[in-house]
Formats: sequence, C-alpha cells, structure tokens
Amino acid sequence: MSESNLSTGGHAAYMEESPYAIPSRKLTMWLFIISDAVTFGALLFAYGYVRAASPDWPAPFKFSPSILNVMIMTVILITSSLTMLGAVDAAKAGDKPKTMRFLFSTMLLGAIFAGLHLREWMGLIHEGVRLFQNPWGSSLFGATFFSITGLHLLHVISGIVALAVIARGYSRGSLSAGHVETTGLYWHFVDVVWMFVVPMVYLLNIAR
Amino acid sequence: MGSTGNSKNVIAKYLPVYFVLLAIAGAEFYLAYQNLTPIKLLAVLLVMAIGGAALAVMYFMHLGEERRSLFLTLIPATIFVLLMMNMIWSDSFRLLHMRPFIK
Repeated sequence: MSESNLSTGGHAAYMEESPYAIPSRKLTMWLFIISDAVTFGALLFAYGYVRAASPDWPAPFKFSPSILNVMIMTVILITSSLTMLGAVDAAKAGDKPKTMRFLFSTMLLGAIFAGLHLREWMGLIHEGVRLFQNPWGSSLFGATFFSITGLHLLHVISGIVALAVIARGYSRGSLSAGHVETTGLYWHFVDVVWMFVVPMVYLLNIAR
Repeated sequence: MGSTGNSKNVIAKYLPVYFVLLAIAGAEFYLAYQNLTPIKLLAVLLVMAIGGAALAVMYFMHLGEERRSLFLTLIPATIFVLLMMNMIWSDSFRLLHMRPFIK
C-alpha cells in the first residue's frame, strides 16, 4: 500500500472486512466466553471424575432449604437475562431512562441471587462442610462444591460490578449501546453456566 | 441483532424462550425426585441442560442472528474440546475399583 493511498483513504479503507461482521469488542467477548465455558467444563469434568471415583460421595441436599433455594435462584437468574435483553434493546433505541431501569433490575436480581447463594453456603458450612472435610463422606465434596459454585458466584459478582460500571458510563455518555450489549453477552453466559451447575452439582446429590 | 427499539416488544418476543427455560428447569427438578438410576438421571439432566443452554445461546445471546461463520468458528471447537475431556472416565472408574479414598 502506497503512502498516497493511505493519505486519501486512511488505514480503514484498506482493512479487510471482518468475516463475522461484528465489532471487535463483541468478538473479544465471545472468545472470552468460549474460553470461560471450557474452564467451567474442565471443572465440571474434574468434579465428575472425583465423584465417579469415590465410593462414599455424599448426597446432602434436602428439598428445604437447599433445593428450594436453588429453584428460586434459577428463576431469578433466568429472569435477570430477560431484563438484560430489555436493557440492550432500550440502549440500542437510545432510551437512557429505560436502559438504566433495566440495568438496575438486572443488578438487583443478580445481587439477590448472590445473597441466596451465600445463604446456601452458610447453611452447608454450619452443617460442617469445609474444603477438605465434611460429616458425610468423601472429603473432596467440599473442595469441588465450593470451587464450582464459588467460581460461578465470582462471575455473578463480577457481572454486577461490570453492569454498574457500564450503567454509569452509559448514563454519562462515555459508553455506547455496544458496551451494554457486550456486557449483556457475559451476563447471559453466567445464566448458561448455572444451567449445568444445578443438575450436576445439586440435583445429582439430593438427599433421599 | 435486529433491534426493535421497543423494550416491551423485545421482552414479549423472548418470553416464549424464557418460559421454555423455566419449564426445562422445572422438569429437571421434577425428574431429580423420580426413581431414575443415577446414570439415566445424569443422561436426562445433561440433555435438558444442553437444550436449555442452546436456547439461551441462540436467542438470548443472539448467536442465531449473527453470521454463520461466527457460529462455525466458536461452537464446533468448543464441543470438540469438551468431548476430548471425556477420556478421563476410564481412569475414574479404575480409581473406583482401587478404592483409594476408602477409610
């Protein structure tokens, strides 16, 4: 490319079109999501490995409070995905007040989810579950349970912080609807991960 | 993504997916209390979780509305990596017969 070409068209005029036709920040988020999905996949496989190899794997989750709590958490997280869709759509339409309402609804639902998750943890800790010991069976139960649900909880809390930062930037005009959409992708991913955590970690270990 | 610019419309548009996801979750909780063998329960729950995740990815994350090249770049590679992780199971069952954790 000659200098004269650059001066008339700029660099952008000569750049190849993206094969995906999406902004680079969205592609980056997709690549992050895929790598994070594989991370969660590896954790769930490791959990399955240990569970299958342990003859005395505990099944401690009673309907009340654990399973009932998880049911409420699932409804809350799926509902927060719906409010996130509303936020993205309102942001694309340039409706700031509506975007903020939807973003705060999503953050509130995420915070309730995190609170319920911590309540679940506290209940198990109160029953004597620690990282490498518990009153029922295989000592690795606590390590796998707290690793998987803890990483997910970390994602939820990170998502709430990210949404707060995006909401602040969007309301001030320094961030665009594209930023809201990209953060929305992350939030939906957290929902997708929970769809695998619930059956693998909770429903296969129900107290009979 | 095709934006309607009307959040009520977009929520109404995705409400069926939302209710299907809730129904899948409800069915999972119901099946967990039926007398299925652990292997059968695991298989059924996995299939339902994959179905729910596919709905969320295609509709909530709008992957179905993006160019097919994005789908073909991301999804087959992810499935391949996750399938490759299945080679651990034989070792897991070997450990079970050795019973290394028994007290």
